[in-house]
Amino acid sequence: MITGWIMENLPALLLAVPMLGAILTPLVGKVSEKGRNAWVLLVSLAALCVAALLTNEVLSSGTVIYTFGAGTPASAIPADSGGLPFRIIFTVDAMSVFMAISASIVGFAVTLFSIAGDSKMSGKDSFYALLLLMQVGILGMVCTGDMFNFFVFLEINSLAGAALVASRVDKGYAVEAGLKYAVLSTLGGLLVLFAVGLFYGQYDALNMAVIADSMQFGVLDKIALVLLLVALAMKSGAVPMHFWTPDAYSMAPSSVTAFLVVASQASLYGVFRVVFTLYNVTLDYATIGWIIIILGVLSMFIGVTMAIPQKDVKRLMAYHAVSQTGYMLLGVGVGLAVLGNAAMMDAFGMTAMEGGLFHIINHAMYKGLLFLTAGAIFYQAGTRNLNKLGGLGHEMKWTMVFFIIGALAIAGIPPFNGFASKLMIYESVFMFSPILSIIAMVVSILTLASFVKVFHSMFMGPKLPEYEGVREVPRYMLAGMGILALLVILFGVFPQQVVDFLITPAATALVDQGSYIAAVLGGGA
Amino acid sequence: MAVIETLNTGFGSWNPLIWLAAFIIAIILAWFIWLRGESDYRKGTEQTKPFISGNAEPEKGEVHVRGGNMYWGFTNALEDYYERLVPLHSGILTDYILWFLGVMAIVMILVLGGGLI
Repeated sequence: MITGWIMENLPALLLAVPMLGAILTPLVGKVSEKGRNAWVLLVSLAALCVAALLTNEVLSSGTVIYTFGAGTPASAIPADSGGLPFRIIFTVDAMSVFMAISASIVGFAVTLFSIAGDSKMSGKDSFYALLLLMQVGILGMVCTGDMFNFFVFLEINSLAGAALVASRVDKGYAVEAGLKYAVLSTLGGLLVLFAVGLFYGQYDALNMAVIADSMQFGVLDKIALVLLLVALAMKSGAVPMHFWTPDAYSMAPSSVTAFLVVASQASLYGVFRVVFTLYNVTLDYATIGWIIIILGVLSMFIGVTMAIPQKDVKRLMAYHAVSQTGYMLLGVGVGLAVLGNAAMMDAFGMTAMEGGLFHIINHAMYKGLLFLTAGAIFYQAGTRNLNKLGGLGHEMKWTMVFFIIGALAIAGIPPFNGFASKLMIYESVFMFSPILSIIAMVVSILTLASFVKVFHSMFMGPKLPEYEGVREVPRYMLAGMGILALLVILFGVFPQQVVDFLITPAATALVDQGSYIAAVLGGGA
Repeated sequence: MAVIETLNTGFGSWNPLIWLAAFIIAIILAWFIWLRGESDYRKGTEQTKPFISGNAEPEKGEVHVRGGNMYWGFTNALEDYYERLVPLHSGILTDYILWFLGVMAIVMILVLGGGLI
């Protein structure tokens, strides 16, 4: 009975669990701090379980439709809707669950880490409430099938993120970083809202499937496309709109930064969803594909070259996050550029897309891990300055091992997960344009060089007198890092299983606009 | 067997388990070579102290090469590039907004004007 109810309402529960958790967190915190920590962990774990169940459901039975407020949620156009899909509908396909499971895993790991890692902070009741709200925003963005609803979740994601960036009041820098993030996010959000308004004005609809089905690709649609594409690319940290990223990522608590990576990826999901699901066949594939490719190449190269001279470890890692986003844009951009050519799509386009998507989940794992290791260093040494750190490997052995795993993964060294997705991108993109593939490889070499510097600066060298009392971080923090490190290894050692189970269905769902529309307008898959 | 399934990239393939097996064999070989080395190493004795041509050992903090000293040659060789790139990251919010709007204007021209190709 209960099991049936849960299975029937999985899309709603995916949001309801963290939302209810967020609302109750301050109340539980009033009673007991330990109780609040246990509550937050429980909520985060429950959200992960719901995401896993939903992933299994979608991958085994096809796209799940959930109509809020309808007598029969599984039907997009229930009898009491008057024949129109006007209600808020979640259209959860393989691409959605791919993003949702990635976000939920990182969400649980960062919550575990922050129980000890952020224990010295004040205001933890609101901190955890905001962390769970950001998870609501991310999960809502990737699951909704409604454009206005997408905007609402984007705002929840952005506002919770801005508040979290500013949560550590460090001589005003954190507040300044939070303000920058808030202003740019609001500007981006407004442009998304304007685009949604253009759709509504033209098609009397907010549902993505209805808009996709009616898409004319007239002047207003082109304007809406540009607004959505650029605003969401900015939110995902693509160069040259990435400037907020090092500011916000470096000043936020490390657990938040690890989750901000996933929040940015939700915007990247938005770019892909808009281009492939809303527009798809109506697009000029080459133009939009090349715009995404150029943003990707700029992000890769400028991100990594800006990372190399950095002295703040988190700022350095933030530039690498920008650089890695470039790989995702490159892979999926190449897939889009050849989408209209079936032969090229079969030959390398689909592999490029799969490589780009695989890199999303890999990046969420290893970059989340790297930010958590930076947080562990800050927790013990009290500084992020690479000119001051050194010799910490003598005492922080586990943190050092986790850092090595993350660093090798981001540099694309086998057998870690970053290598698998980068290999798919290198080889497929080489068929499209050898020079793009060579740039991607050079960027990986520079990434390795940069992380060798970080490794040496933080862990190598003699024990320094200023870090005499430094010890390994508490177990909760190690557990948070350990989960991500384990996944980095598993995804690297069994890449084809991950591709078969998660990535190929996600790429296929993204490309197959017809199935998305049919799932909604046909009353369910 | 599914467990040793190879990642197919469309052009080549990659099997991490075979790579791992080769890696482990290489580690075992290296270990055997290490075993054949000198065995009179004693940790914490005079022999482990650094010998700097008879000079006294400096303070620990002074011998550690700090992060800011690394890749000086790389950044110096690309000085012109960095002199242009770094100032763009001004930290000023209005600059960030200008870049955002500038990119939007360029993409708008490309999309409305008929495309790149």
